Amino acid sequence: MKPLDSKNEYQNYVDKKSPNSPIFKNCFHAFLVGGLICSIGQIIMDFCKYRGISQEISGTIVSIILIGLSAFLTGLNMFNKIGKYAGAGSLIPITGFANSIVSPAMEYKSEGYVMGVGGKMFTVAGPVLVFGISTSILVGLVYLIFNTQTITLV
Amino acid sequence: MDWFQSIDWVGLLKCFVVGGFICVIGQILIDKTKLTPARILVIFVTTGAILGGLGIYQYLVDFAGAGATVPLTGFGYNLAKGAIKSVKESGIIGAFTGGVTASAGGIAAAVFFGYIASLISKPKMKKE
Repeated sequence: MKPLDSKNEYQNYVDKKSPNSPIFKNCFHAFLVGGLICSIGQIIMDFCKYRGISQEISGTIVSIILIGLSAFLTGLNMFNKIGKYAGAGSLIPITGFANSIVSPAMEYKSEGYVMGVGGKMFTVAGPVLVFGISTSILVGLVYLIFNTQTITLV
Repeated sequence: MDWFQSIDWVGLLKCFVVGGFICVIGQILIDKTKLTPARILVIFVTTGAILGGLGIYQYLVDFAGAGATVPLTGFGYNLAKGAIKSVKESGIIGAFTGGVTASAGGIAAAVFFGYIASLISKPKMKKE
């Protein structure tokens, strides 16, 4: 038997034996929780607009509140319970970004408050910021050079 | 509760559906690929920034409000939108200042609250 064959057969065997990955259930949970988190954001935003705060500032306020909330829920070990149920539903919203900062920081707390907490905070958030900010700079430069006014309606 | 009456319920429903749907895409990526959560977050932010730069994401934001801005794609969109806005105002330097300026609140809050929350956190039980 060629190695590849046996590998494929092994994969088939594993697929048969392992319980069906409950992807629909997972997606449903992600949909519910993700939608709920966004709705909380929308309610905060509506409230800000009602108080006469501008669209941009409202968006920032929503981010700050959601980030603060999920950071503290992570610190109290409550966020991972939500995360277990929701999967991507709590990871993809901005709450997941805050969670990804706090949870490694908590884990490395024993290594000290500067290099432990301060350093490990960015194990996941670092790449997100690196790629996010770099892409935004590229977008700005592309916009500057090609003046893509016709396609860029922002 | 005067502001309660001002809530746009149709808008809230749109927000719920679009926000939920973006999370479902993430869930499918988690279940069907071997990407780590960190990579998925990076993919979402980058995608959001590119779609934001092309002006496509703006339609989604207009349609769904927080349903499009709260997911991490919205973070990317915000970065790109800020960069373009600053380029319009101050040219090449705007490409470097705009993105972070637009999302400064979120980044600063994440750093600050993240650090405070880590300090007050209880040590994790090593059961799992």
